[in-house]
Amino acid sequence: MMPTAVRVVALLTVLVLAGAAHAQDPRLEAAKKEGKVVWYTSLALPSAEKVAKLFEAAHPGVKVEVHRTGSERILSRVMQELKANIKNADVVHTSDAGHFVLLKNQKLLTKYTPAGVDAFPAGFKDKDGFYYGLRATVSVIAYNTKAVPAAEAPRSWKDLLDPKWKARMVTAHPGYSGIIATHVLALVNQYGWDYFKQLAQNRLMLVQSAVDPAGVVASGERVVAVDGGEYTFYQTRKKGNPLEIVYPKEGVPLIVSPTAITSFAPHPNAARLFTDFGFSREVQQVLADSEGLYTGHPEVTYPADKPKLSDLKLLSVDPEELEKRNEEIKKRFVEFFGA
Amino acid sequence: MTVLAGDVARVAAPGRWAGVDRALPVWAAVVLALLFLMALPLGWLVWMSVGGAGVTLGHYLAVLDSPALMQALWNTVVLALWVGVASIAIGAPLAWLTARTDVPGKGLIRSLVLASFVTPPFLGAFAWVMLAGPNAGLLNVAWRDLTGADGPLVDIFTMPGLVFVMTIYTFPYVYIMVANTLALIASDLEEAAAILGAGRVSTARTVTLPMVAPALASGFILAVLQAIALFGSPAILALPAGFHTITTQIWSLFQYPPKVELAAAFSMPLLLATALLLLVQKRLLGRRGYAAVGGKGGQRRPIPLGVWRYPALLGCLGVMACAIFLPYGILTKAALSRAWAQPLTWSNLTLDNFTFTFFEYSATQAAIVNTLQLGVATATVGAVLVALLSYVTNRRLVIGHQLVAFLALAPIVIPGVVLAVALFIAYTRPPFVLYGTLAILFVAYLTKEMPVGYAQSEATFRAIPPELEEAGRILGAGRLRILRDVTAPLARSGIIAAWCFIFIGVIRELSASIILFTPATKVMSVVIFDLKEEGQFGAIAVLGIAMLALTFATVVLVQRALGRDVLGVRE
Repeated sequence: MMPTAVRVVALLTVLVLAGAAHAQDPRLEAAKKEGKVVWYTSLALPSAEKVAKLFEAAHPGVKVEVHRTGSERILSRVMQELKANIKNADVVHTSDAGHFVLLKNQKLLTKYTPAGVDAFPAGFKDKDGFYYGLRATVSVIAYNTKAVPAAEAPRSWKDLLDPKWKARMVTAHPGYSGIIATHVLALVNQYGWDYFKQLAQNRLMLVQSAVDPAGVVASGERVVAVDGGEYTFYQTRKKGNPLEIVYPKEGVPLIVSPTAITSFAPHPNAARLFTDFGFSREVQQVLADSEGLYTGHPEVTYPADKPKLSDLKLLSVDPEELEKRNEEIKKRFVEFFGA
Repeated sequence: MTVLAGDVARVAAPGRWAGVDRALPVWAAVVLALLFLMALPLGWLVWMSVGGAGVTLGHYLAVLDSPALMQALWNTVVLALWVGVASIAIGAPLAWLTARTDVPGKGLIRSLVLASFVTPPFLGAFAWVMLAGPNAGLLNVAWRDLTGADGPLVDIFTMPGLVFVMTIYTFPYVYIMVANTLALIASDLEEAAAILGAGRVSTARTVTLPMVAPALASGFILAVLQAIALFGSPAILALPAGFHTITTQIWSLFQYPPKVELAAAFSMPLLLATALLLLVQKRLLGRRGYAAVGGKGGQRRPIPLGVWRYPALLGCLGVMACAIFLPYGILTKAALSRAWAQPLTWSNLTLDNFTFTFFEYSATQAAIVNTLQLGVATATVGAVLVALLSYVTNRRLVIGHQLVAFLALAPIVIPGVVLAVALFIAYTRPPFVLYGTLAILFVAYLTKEMPVGYAQSEATFRAIPPELEEAGRILGAGRLRILRDVTAPLARSGIIAAWCFIFIGVIRELSASIILFTPATKVMSVVIFDLKEEGQFGAIAVLGIAMLALTFATVVLVQRALGRDVLGVRE
């Protein structure tokens, strides 16, 4: 395609990051004039604030306004605001790839290829070039090691249907979290809705964010999480909480979280700068190291206490299908779990 | 004499209109503002509920046809009735103890009831998640350690749990009504009954109870209304347990793709129920015709409790432990610890939550600024507005002053969520696009807090005799000048109190804000709710404490201004 050009851009970005080319970069000047970039993100709040602070440190004069909530809430926000003719969001980043199909189809995204993404695997790239996967995680099972001996811990998705877990498990909500929406569809494709109907018999505690089950299990409020972003479990475990992660052998739902610049971005230059920054080797490495995320960047290395993506059986979901079945997922989930 | 002079002056003042002329535009503007705040949004709400493609009852049928919506409706009925009953069970005895007996520590109990009254219920609910979550809740952990039991002592994620948490912040409504009535009943009647041979129980049943019955019923209705309208507590306690109430259900109808018409239709039962209950309450209070209540004569001798003095105090403090001590304690602990469920050891102790909340989490500072701006703006505009309104209605300055009074109190029938749905519909479309600005929140808060401010302000003007103003008129001053030089100085402390009431109401508001905010216009309560959904306990605790500090600072201000207890309970 255009390897040289992209490589030059990538190299430039790295230089910018290193703080070498600040004064000369006309894009930085343009971004500075805009002053800030407004980021609607579903990345866990502390992780999102960390990325924002890194960007601000590397680009003095350009602030990042972080608006963190669940993927599904972000879509609602964006659509509600547009209906009222409010143009606020520059960069949208959620874990529901279906949203990006929807936004693209409604012409709400700008076509933009971030520097360096051509080396990313196909699963991280929109074929039309509107959005790219900034990070990935898998949805897994986790349990509290103080309350559950390893021998008794659930090993597979079906183990969770055992009545011995009644009132001892927690799930996050597909009406809030894109990770969970993806998770539900992946497992529905595997086992059918019957799986969730049976799971609901175990009277789960319902939380909203895919970040929350980690906290619930760590505190011991429930001893098993039936879903949730692996990176939040990983971070929670690393902080010394009594928590262990289970990667079922039948496969774990893979969630690639895209990012895109809106077609109505009020700060387009800052948005492009911020997007490029996110895909840089440095930031992708930070996401992998301190946040426990997977990325599409081929040069990124991962902590030794985490399985490699290639070691896991991954259950992928087609964004188009996720978009089409979005309402069905929420509706049936609420039907089974009550709220 | 006072009353007579005022009446005569009113009747014998045919030339009154001459002086009113210049003031008329002011009153007209005020009335217009009311219509704008109320009529436009509610009009849109009704229109939307039958709207869509032509006029249809389809949305109402869809409500009736949805088992989920009907279940939410039923849950709200169950919840509200139990909260009403439980509020009486707690509020009435407490009121009786502090108003009529020699229980020690009355001042303390009253202060604590007040503290419970101003505590944002969603903060209480959040604290109780940490106290009585069935497994990690500290009370349940302690219970298991003590007894070796398997099951929890209490499970807060249940309907009874929700009733309990709502009640401990709702019973002050009953307390206020009953305590104020009891304080007005002279002991003579009860003593007469005792002399005539009635026992204590039968005296209470035949004499005291009938006299406080209207206050009890009225307090019950206020508690029920509160339970119907709250959003935060059910969102925090009912959703994890897998059930909805009307408010959480309406809110979830706003998820993409939003079903605004359905939300509008589903708002109607809430609106009608509230209006109906308030009507009943008005009737009840209107019938309060007992000559024995409110008489100035007669002594109120405290009933000696004897050996029960201290057990009674203990009981009161037990209630307050649930409402204040335990929740505030656990919030403080969560704010200061890395992991709230772990013991507060040195290694668990941290100030990170404070630094994260105030310096690293970029939404916090903006939200605090927004909240303060809205609080000050709404309270200031609101206090002036209710002062003018209550002046107009109290001095009967315009034709149809009854209507003005009605309109000023009318927003009380609109629960916050419903108001938000109405405002959302009205102000996301031309000609008035306010969505996405602080203005829509300002309008919501102003509308929602007006009844409280109006009631406070009306009481103030009722206490200022009109003769002073009339003296000013005779001396040739215009109505506005009198307002400024005579009435305003007298009414000042009452108006400051109204300001504070509105301010406290605004900074804790969640049920309307949660629908009307946009990322650029977040307020503190919304940020707390956001954090709750992500499970960031430390940051919530920090923000919650900040909110409580702000609230109590305002309460101190109002006590200073009024020179008395905010609850209005007499010594």
